[in-house]
Amino acid sequence: MLVAVASLTLIATLLGLILGVAAKRFHVEPTEIVAELEALLPGSQCGQCGFPGCAGAAQALAEGSAPVTLCPPGGPALAQALADKLGVSVSLGGMAEVVPQLAAVREEICIGCTKCFKACPTDAIHGAMKQIHSVMREACTGCGKCVDVCPTEALELIPMPTTLGTWTWTRPAYA
Amino acid sequence: MGFKDLLSNIRLSWGVHPEGHKDLTSECGISDMPMSERLVLPLAQHIGAPGRVAVAPGERVLRGQVLATASGVVSAPLHAPASGRILDIGDYPVPHPSGLTAPAIVLEPDGRDDSVEFTGCADPLALPPEDIARRVAAAGVVGLGGATFPAAVKLGLGKRNPIHTLLLNGGECEPYLTCDDRIMRERAPQVVEGARLMARALGASQIVIGIENNKPTAIAAIQLASVAFPEVTVRALPARYPMGSEKQLVEFLTGVEVPAGGLSAEIGVVVHNVGTAAAISQALRSGEPLTERVVTVSGSGIARPANLRIAIGTPVSDVIAYCGGLKPGVARLVMGGPMMGMILPGDTVPIVKGSSGILALTADEIPAGDPSACIRCASCVDVCPIGLMPMEMAARIRAGKADTAVDIGLKDCIGCGTCAYTCPAHIPLSHYFSYAKGSLAAGERSRLKNEAVKKLTTARTERLEREAQEKAEAAARRKAEREAAKKKAAEQAAREAAAGSEGVPA
Repeated sequence: MLVAVASLTLIATLLGLILGVAAKRFHVEPTEIVAELEALLPGSQCGQCGFPGCAGAAQALAEGSAPVTLCPPGGPALAQALADKLGVSVSLGGMAEVVPQLAAVREEICIGCTKCFKACPTDAIHGAMKQIHSVMREACTGCGKCVDVCPTEALELIPMPTTLGTWTWTRPAYA
Repeated sequence: MGFKDLLSNIRLSWGVHPEGHKDLTSECGISDMPMSERLVLPLAQHIGAPGRVAVAPGERVLRGQVLATASGVVSAPLHAPASGRILDIGDYPVPHPSGLTAPAIVLEPDGRDDSVEFTGCADPLALPPEDIARRVAAAGVVGLGGATFPAAVKLGLGKRNPIHTLLLNGGECEPYLTCDDRIMRERAPQVVEGARLMARALGASQIVIGIENNKPTAIAAIQLASVAFPEVTVRALPARYPMGSEKQLVEFLTGVEVPAGGLSAEIGVVVHNVGTAAAISQALRSGEPLTERVVTVSGSGIARPANLRIAIGTPVSDVIAYCGGLKPGVARLVMGGPMMGMILPGDTVPIVKGSSGILALTADEIPAGDPSACIRCASCVDVCPIGLMPMEMAARIRAGKADTAVDIGLKDCIGCGTCAYTCPAHIPLSHYFSYAKGSLAAGERSRLKNEAVKKLTTARTERLEREAQEKAEAAARRKAEREAAKKKAAEQAAREAAAGSEGVPA
C-alpha cells in the first residue's frame, strides 16, 4: 500500500510541476478582444442590437452570447469583419433581406424643437430652433433615437431608397 | 489576310464568333433623324459624377447651351441639342439595367434652331495640347464606344504616365452594330484628324488604328485618309468577339498585356473609339458640343434597319417609329450590342451619349434554354479573353463566397459575356459575376459608411466632452469671480468700517 501511495504521490507531484512550469513557460497574455471588437463597431451607441451600447455588444460578442450579425447599421460588411475577428463562420443570407432604414422628417409637422438633433448619435440631423430639421442621408444609421424623442411624431424610419448608385444585380435563379 | 495576320489569328486562344448580322445595316448610310417633340436628357450620361443642373424649368435655352455643368474631376457637361423650353427637371426612366428613374432635364424643342455662338477653330492641330483637352472637356465628349468615360480625362493621362501610342478602336466586335463602320467609311478624314488631335493632347508619337477584317471598306477608307501621315498605322484585326475590348486590343496590337487591376496608360498606351475621334475633330473645328450621335437601329424585329444621327435625349419610341415601327414577334429591346448591351425595360427611355445601337430582337435571335447543371466542359475557360475560370468563379459565387471568387480573378473579369454565350448548359455566368461584383461593391460602400459613422460619433463624443468641460470651466470661473467680488466687497466693507471707527474718535 505504501508503494502505491508513494508512486501516486510522485506522479502527482511530477505532473503538477510540469503543469506549473508549462503555465509559466507557455503563458499567453489575454487578448484585448472586447476592446478590438468595440473598435470595429460603429460606436454610435444606438442600441439597435438590444445591448446598452457598443461596449455591451462587444462584451456579448466576446462571450459568444450574441451573433455577429447583431449590428443593423453595420450591415453584412461589419458582420463579416466581426466573424473574421472571432474566427467564426457566418451566413449573411438573412442579413441581406434586412433593408437598411433611414430617418426622414415630415416637414409639415416638424416644429423645430431641436430635440432630435440633440439625440442623434452621428450628428445626421441639422436645423435650428423653430426651423424645419432635415436628415443627411449619408450620415444616418437608422437607429431611430430621433423617432423616440420627437414630440410631434414628425420623424419616421423609411427603407433606404435604391438609386442608380446603390442598385445591384440580383442573384441569378438557382441553376 | 496576310501571313502575319494569319499567324496572329492562330495565336489567339480566346473569344467567340457570334453571328454578325451586320449586313442588316452595313450598307445603310448615316442619315439624320428629325428632331423629336420632347427630349429627355439624363444628368448622368457618363461614368463619374452626374452633371450639376444649370437651367431652371420654364427657361428658354439655345442649341449648344450648357444644361448641366461637370461636377467633379471625372464628369462631363451636358448641352442642349436644340433651342426650346425646359419643361421639367425631375426623375425619368433612364437606360439602366435596373429600370430605375434618375434625374433628367426635359426639353421641348421649338423648331427654330437658334444656337449660342460657337467658337470653332480652323486649324485645331495648331492648338497647344492642354487647349485640346480643355476644349474636348467643354464640348462634353465622352467615350462613344459605350463605356462613356469622359474623353478629356483620358486625354490628361499623358501627364501622369508617358504615353507613346494612341490606339484607335475600330473593332466594333459586337454583332449588329455598324455605326463605327459607317463613321469610318463616311467620315474617315475626321476620324484620322481626331486621332491626331488626341495624340497631340497625349504627347503620343504613334497612332495605331485597329479595324476588324470584316470591314474591308472601312479599312480602305481609313488607309486612304491616313496615307499622308507617317505616324498613323492601320492594322486589320481578326474578327473575333471581344476584340474591341480595350485590354484585348492593346495586347493584340502592342504585344504587351495590361496589368491586372491597372490601366493601359501604365504601359504607355491609351485607347479611344473611332466615333470619339470623329466627335472630337468635329467639336474642335466647329466649336459645337456633343449633342448627337450615330446609332445603329437594327434587329429582325425592326421594319427599316438604319444608321441614324440622332439628337441625345430622343426617346427610343420615336426612333423605332421613325424606322417603321416594330414587326410582330419582337421579344426584346436592347440598347448597345447584343453581347454587352442592356435589355430595355421599355421604349420610353432616351438615347444617351453611350447608346451605340437600338436592337429589336425576335425570339430566334436571343438565347433560349433553361439553365442546367454545369458539366465542367471548360468551354468558358477556353473562350475567356482574360484567361479566367468562369465556371469555378460562378460555383464559388453560388456558394455565397464571392470573396473567394476575387482570389481567382473576379475583379479582372471585363463582363464581356463570352462565357455565358458559349456555355452549353445555359448558365448565366456573366449575371453571376455582375451580381458578385455588385454585392462586393455594396459591402465596400457599407464598410466606408461604417468608417464615416465612426468618425462622426467620435467627433460628437469629443465635442460633447469639450462642451461639458468648457461649461464646467466657465462655471468655475464665474464662481471664482463671484467669490472674489464677495471678498472684495467684504474687504471694502471692513476697510470702510475700520475707517469709520477710526474716524469717529477724530
